[in-house]
Amino acid sequence: MGIFGSSAMILIGYIYWETSGYLEQQTNATISAEIRGLTEQFRQTGGPGVEAVIRDRIARDPDRSTLYLLVTADRQPVLGNLPAWPAGELDANGWFHFTQLNQDGRSIPFQGQILRTSEGHSLLVAKEQSTLAATRQLINRVYILALAMGLLLALFGGIMMSSSVTRRVDAINRTSREIMAGRLQRRMPVRGINDEFDQLAGNLNAMLDRIDSLIDSVRAVTDNIAHDLRTPLARLRGRLENLALTPDISETVRGELNATITDADHLLATFRALLRIARIESGTHDEAWTDIDLGALLHDAWELYHAVGEEKGITVHLGTADGHMRGDRDLIFQAVSNLLDNAIKYSPPGSEVRLEMREDGDLLTIAVSDQGPGVPEAERGKVLDRFYRTAAVSGIPGSGLGLSLVNAIARHHGGQLILADNAPGLRVLLELPKTDLAGPGRTTLPAAPPSGESHG
Amino acid sequence: MGDMRILVIEDDPGVASFIIGGLRESGHTVDHCADGKDGQFLAGSGNYDALIIDRMLPGIDGLSIVQTLRAAGNTTPTLILSALGEVDDKVKGLRAGADDYIGKPFAFAELMARLEAIARRPVREGSETVTEVQVADLHVDLLSRAVHRAGKEIDLQPREFRLLEYLMRNRDQVVTRTMLLENVWDYHFDPQTNVIDVHISRLRRKVDKDFDPPLIHTVRGAGYKLSESP
Repeated sequence: MGIFGSSAMILIGYIYWETSGYLEQQTNATISAEIRGLTEQFRQTGGPGVEAVIRDRIARDPDRSTLYLLVTADRQPVLGNLPAWPAGELDANGWFHFTQLNQDGRSIPFQGQILRTSEGHSLLVAKEQSTLAATRQLINRVYILALAMGLLLALFGGIMMSSSVTRRVDAINRTSREIMAGRLQRRMPVRGINDEFDQLAGNLNAMLDRIDSLIDSVRAVTDNIAHDLRTPLARLRGRLENLALTPDISETVRGELNATITDADHLLATFRALLRIARIESGTHDEAWTDIDLGALLHDAWELYHAVGEEKGITVHLGTADGHMRGDRDLIFQAVSNLLDNAIKYSPPGSEVRLEMREDGDLLTIAVSDQGPGVPEAERGKVLDRFYRTAAVSGIPGSGLGLSLVNAIARHHGGQLILADNAPGLRVLLELPKTDLAGPGRTTLPAAPPSGESHG
Repeated sequence: MGDMRILVIEDDPGVASFIIGGLRESGHTVDHCADGKDGQFLAGSGNYDALIIDRMLPGIDGLSIVQTLRAAGNTTPTLILSALGEVDDKVKGLRAGADDYIGKPFAFAELMARLEAIARRPVREGSETVTEVQVADLHVDLLSRAVHRAGKEIDLQPREFRLLEYLMRNRDQVVTRTMLLENVWDYHFDPQTNVIDVHISRLRRKVDKDFDPPLIHTVRGAGYKLSESP
């Protein structure tokens, strides 16, 4: 817009300069031509002829736009429409500048040339400069108006253009945020006018489609592996179970069989957790969303796990907990129970685990703190990845999927999982918005009665 | 219980033979159908004590079969099987009129426990409301929430009471850990460790420790059972 405005200003300035220069030249040229004409007249007809011409000119110009004055050598007027030789001065270019009072008593500037005749007479021919000044003023006015209008137009056009640009960039940003929040099926808006923005949106959409198909194929592979292996694994487990119950086997064999069943259970649990994370991350879970009384939920989780803590000599404290949010009650319970389970699992006997909640505007933060080994800062991002476990806990059984599942649940609810230092120990913060902010497209059904509204 | 007539509608031959084999071994009579339409026809005959229906079937959706049956006034206890095994599917399954829902893969013991629980439900909850339950010398008053064993009062926390109540109501039946989580704690989730075991052992300390014989039994590979004899 700045460029547009200043280029308009430069253009108008140039026209002004050219026009006013031209006008001045025109005035000067008129006077010069008059003097030249009169000089010629002198040469041809001498004094009396010139006087006749001057008289004629004066008679034709009652407005006195051109002044004529013929004087003798001692400046006595002979003829003209000026009463007396005016006081004035000659400039370097031979122009004579002087002023005259008009009827209103205003002083009007004139400029002219002086012609000296062979008889010793001087002839002054002058034109009002105010005509020029008035014209210039008019031009000034017109140009200032034009400039103002030009600037206004530039401003308006600029605002229009930039607001249209902003609107379209905003639309792309909004869509990007929605996609980041998990609505992977969203696409950039295309206007259908095939401008640069449409091309950009088209390319982004093509890119998203490509990513989508890659994710789909990866997910399909993992899902299929997990799914296809679960059924035979379950059957295998069933056979082992039946075998372990047969009476005619030794206790050693029975022990081995039971250990194998436990291994199979771990495998099944891992597959189940993997599939669960995949399903939550793909974001098709909305039908179960209700209003959750988090205070009651945390109390239930505390009640379930403080007994587990007691068995290990760990005290589980329940701090303040009160608040409501929209979400999947079972998933939130799953998340809190995973966090409590981890905290108890990695805590030394005699230590404390705290479960508490804080409400901050639209954000609810569930905090689980322990006094265990904690997670080194450099590894805090990684423990949210699937199967990642820190060196400190390698001796303790675990799938490495517990926090990944919590993370997936947090993101599914538009929140996040933060690992912090409890000095000593780990402090896990599960931040959840009371209402899902991921976007208007996500269905959040009323608590009751559940309708058959479409989702995903 | 034993000797029930059960219809299994399941298209996967592996899963079907696994279920049918287990059920027959437990002494039940089993009919099998791999197709949804035929299955719906058979189920509508009303000749069965329980139905096991896969969620996804060729020809017709498992949930539609349940809906159709319920709309026709058929109340045969029905268990839905699903490969999806997620909470929203569970909600849909129960809303369609199924009595319970189990996600694949499952231990046979889990299927059996749930099947027996839903199959006896109408008998137990029949005409009048149960106000007290007694197993051996353990007496539970469901109204006053008082628990006595051998005449001695036992003080239970609210959740411990609900746990005992559920075990008593399903006496002589295997209840799985998942069933306890769903029915006593009312949450559908996967505990990473056996939290239920901890609560059962706390309950045992109060109900069984100082008395004889023990009433709460661990059923290896399945869950728990409250009964006079193991």
